[in-house]
Amino acid sequence: MTTTTLAALVPLLPFLGAAAGLLLGRTAPGFVRPLAVLPTLAAALLAVVVAVRQGGGRPIDAATQLTPTGSVPIDLALHLDGFAVLVAVLVGLVATCVQVYSTAYLKNDARYPSYAALVSLFTSAMLLVVYSGDLMVLLIGWEIMGICSYFLVGHYWETPEARAASLKAFLVTKLGDVPFLIGLFALAVDTGTFRITGILAAVTNGGLDHPTLTALLLLAGVAGKSAQFPLHTWLPDAMAGPTPVSALIHAATMVAAGIYFVARLLPVFAASGAALVVLAVMAAVTMTGSGLAALAQDDIKRVLAYSTIGQLGYMSGALAVGDRGAAVFHLLSHGAFKAVLFLAAGVVIHAAGTNSLAAMSRMGGLAKRIPDAYWTMTVALLALAAIPPFAGFFSKEAVLVAAEHTALGHRDVAPAAAGWTILVAGLAAAVLTAAYATRLWLLAFRGRGPQAPDHGRQPVAMTSVLWVLAVPTITFGLTAGALTGWFDGHSLTPSLTTAVLSTGAGLVGGLVTYGTWRHTTARAGRPPVGAVAAHPGAEPALVEAEAIASHTAAYGTIAGAPDPSDPGRLLLGPLHRHAVTGFHLDALYTALFVRPVQAAARLVRFLDREVVDTYVRGSGSIARGLGTAVRRTQTGNVQTYLGALLAGTLVLAIAAVVLANVYAGA
Amino acid sequence: MTLAATAGHPGFLSPTGVEIAFLLVGLATLGAALITVTTKQLVHAALWLVVALGGIAVEYLLLTAEFIAWVQVLIYVGSIVVLLLFGLMLTRAPIGRSPDADSGNRWIALGVAVASAAALVWVVVDAFRTTWIDLDGPAQGSTKASGEFLFRHWVLPFEALSVLLLAALVGAIVLSRKGDEDGKGDEDDRARKGREDRKARPGTQGTHAGQGTQGTHADQGTHADQGTQGGQARPAANREDQS
Amino acid sequence: MHLAYPAVLAVLLFCTGLYGVLARRNAILVLMSVELMLNAVNLNLVAFDVWLRDALHAGQALTLFTIAIAAAEIGIGLAIVLAVYRNRGSSDVDRLRDTAETDAAETLPDADADADADADAARGTTADQATAPAGKAKKAEATA
Repeated sequence: MTTTTLAALVPLLPFLGAAAGLLLGRTAPGFVRPLAVLPTLAAALLAVVVAVRQGGGRPIDAATQLTPTGSVPIDLALHLDGFAVLVAVLVGLVATCVQVYSTAYLKNDARYPSYAALVSLFTSAMLLVVYSGDLMVLLIGWEIMGICSYFLVGHYWETPEARAASLKAFLVTKLGDVPFLIGLFALAVDTGTFRITGILAAVTNGGLDHPTLTALLLLAGVAGKSAQFPLHTWLPDAMAGPTPVSALIHAATMVAAGIYFVARLLPVFAASGAALVVLAVMAAVTMTGSGLAALAQDDIKRVLAYSTIGQLGYMSGALAVGDRGAAVFHLLSHGAFKAVLFLAAGVVIHAAGTNSLAAMSRMGGLAKRIPDAYWTMTVALLALAAIPPFAGFFSKEAVLVAAEHTALGHRDVAPAAAGWTILVAGLAAAVLTAAYATRLWLLAFRGRGPQAPDHGRQPVAMTSVLWVLAVPTITFGLTAGALTGWFDGHSLTPSLTTAVLSTGAGLVGGLVTYGTWRHTTARAGRPPVGAVAAHPGAEPALVEAEAIASHTAAYGTIAGAPDPSDPGRLLLGPLHRHAVTGFHLDALYTALFVRPVQAAARLVRFLDREVVDTYVRGSGSIARGLGTAVRRTQTGNVQTYLGALLAGTLVLAIAAVVLANVYAGA
Repeated sequence: MTLAATAGHPGFLSPTGVEIAFLLVGLATLGAALITVTTKQLVHAALWLVVALGGIAVEYLLLTAEFIAWVQVLIYVGSIVVLLLFGLMLTRAPIGRSPDADSGNRWIALGVAVASAAALVWVVVDAFRTTWIDLDGPAQGSTKASGEFLFRHWVLPFEALSVLLLAALVGAIVLSRKGDEDGKGDEDDRARKGREDRKARPGTQGTHAGQGTQGTHADQGTHADQGTQGGQARPAANREDQS
Repeated sequence: MHLAYPAVLAVLLFCTGLYGVLARRNAILVLMSVELMLNAVNLNLVAFDVWLRDALHAGQALTLFTIAIAAAEIGIGLAIVLAVYRNRGSSDVDRLRDTAETDAAETLPDADADADADADAARGTTADQATAPAGKAKKAEATA
């Protein structure tokens, strides 16, 4: 089969799996697990075949016209270049691992069939975004991902946190999607086509009239989808969804879609230096802010969520300095190790019976209970902290190298200001990343106190995928040299200066945190603190749901915990209080948007009920009153009826005769 | 047809003897009719109606329609007024003045009647200002002439009229039956009979009261209660009817 | 003879009968007034027939038929009046108010609607059906 056919099958197979799963979920429950795993696995294998065939050479384009629109045509198009095929392989791999992991994680969940179908649908949508060569088709995949994210984050909809989080995720990303859509239309109007090849060709010929405006509109959507400042507030709350969902959606795929989109259309953004500077500032703020916030979080998944936000900041920083190869390289390696982190966190939560780091740090011997998760998580945290030779080191180096070259003027795709911003922020973020990664590892696995309860071995489905994903976490960075040919051709290998600087920064962060931890745990008075699940021996999904539900009850907030032995408190100092709430951005948005909208809604309801409905009720009562009045004439007295009838007839007859005479005479 | 007659005629208000007679009898007739519709004594109304109908008969005679005049006397005065008097008697019309002989609609009725009278009189006088009837020829309504036109040109309607009279006769009989004689009684009667049987026979009064409340609204409890309250007087009337 | 004499007399008799039909309370008096109207019509027919010297004598023939039909009508009319008198206890036309819309039939749906505006549509129809027989009962009270 041709590469194009295989590529068309890649998004199609999970979609069919989703449709079949939704249809058969209730009637043939035995088919649900194979329908969940096998199409995704087949799609992953086909993506690998497509990648091998494409081999990083010339992009493969194929298109059929989907809709004759009368103005700008919409084509069902494929554009397979090095970026597309490699990201598709990542998506396929992570999706398969997540589906396998979910079979054990949600083993007894009543809603598993619809969950698996939605994950398949989501995978199909992401693959559509990746392979699509037409922006409208990409938008379709984009929006389907949004709605699947809503459903999947709200999987535990019995808990109010999940309901609120799914709505928030949906609304905030949609808030970004509206300018995104307008930007797409602006692009199409300027260039006359939705095809990516056409748009890029038009840009190189100088065809964009308002490059800055278009780029900023598109950046709004990217900021929403990829959780960049200021539209990042949904991602930490979206941790109220099941862990495999977080691994798929919020680590490897959906949040990467924005980065991927900018990478695909980088010439459009590069046409406007102002847009790149804006992007760089956004990335810098995101990187540093999220790093500080991650140091204050108590929920293990929220730490990882802020970490994702920060790493996405790295990727958008790479894009801001015009190096999309580095951005996608970091996207690929981040997808692998963040997926490991989330999936391992799921195992940790199940084993510890809680998602609170404060509670875990008062449990001893957790690492011995879950050796697979312990080792893979350690490796992934090292990759996150960009310690050589793991994948994270190489990919982060690529970003910093690109920033350094832009700053020093060796590359002129982006303004030098963007380069300096990213370089400085990137180094600061490296310190913070290592700090929170160390904090997480120490609090989770080096806790002291009563032994963690023994729930037996974790299911094989969950632990095996951890090792599967650990392989690229360890080795992917070593392919940096070979990848250069798949991407734009710029070198992705680290340079000595940045390598030393960033590794040094990372080590500094890690060691300072370790020292602080030693200091705080040596303090006397470690009061017992705990938000532990009620049924720790149940399936992992249930444990997680209960842990989420009990967190607020135990600590008063979903994010932090009053733990005096937390090194993050000491490290952040006076900032800790603000970092816990994500620097009060949620409160700001509530005051600026939520309250006015709710007040407006109350006003509208009042107007509708008291003003408009009064008229409606009034018309009803007028009609009734008229009816009552008219009814009064129905006295039942036949003589009255007859009298009135004859009087009327008389009037009519006289009028007719008079008028006839008048007109006859006139 | 009358245009030839207008040539040799006297003017509008130069009356001949026939006209004077017609006028005087007409005044009497109209007066009797007015008293019929205004008097408060119901039986007197019927009697004044006799005068009015008789006056009309005289008018017919003046118009040379003698057969019709005598038919008028025979049928109207002879039978219809008698029927009316019977009706007044059977419905126990009060003898003497009854203050509520006129309903509340009388003012509307007066207005309508006066207005329509004015309109019609004006129209009629305006239309027939120059028309005279020629009464000098052969009698238009003699018995011979009436028999000729009736049984030569109007036989079929005449026969249909007989059938109509038969239908009216049968209808009047059916309507005035009390409905408890033979099996023609409907479910109401049978149900009522059932109720009466189930009642522990509180005497003939109760049975008569049951029969007295026959009719289309017997299924309503409130009416039945009121019927039994007023039923004391009515059974007496019914017994008088049956005797 | 001037045609105006019988014509005007007929008009006046007719209007007198009209007044009687509309104003009199007793049903039998109403029937009497109807007879007056019929006689007025008959007079008109005869007068015009004599004036026109109709060969068919349609006017006189119709007069005869009208007289016969009036007799039939008065027979049936009196039978009805007697039946009404037996049922209602009086032959007053005023009392025969079955077609009236009484206040009782009005207020019951109103009371329901005021109590619960939201369920108005749902209960309105059933309330009307429920009150129809009750309304009839009240009308029967009024006419009894």
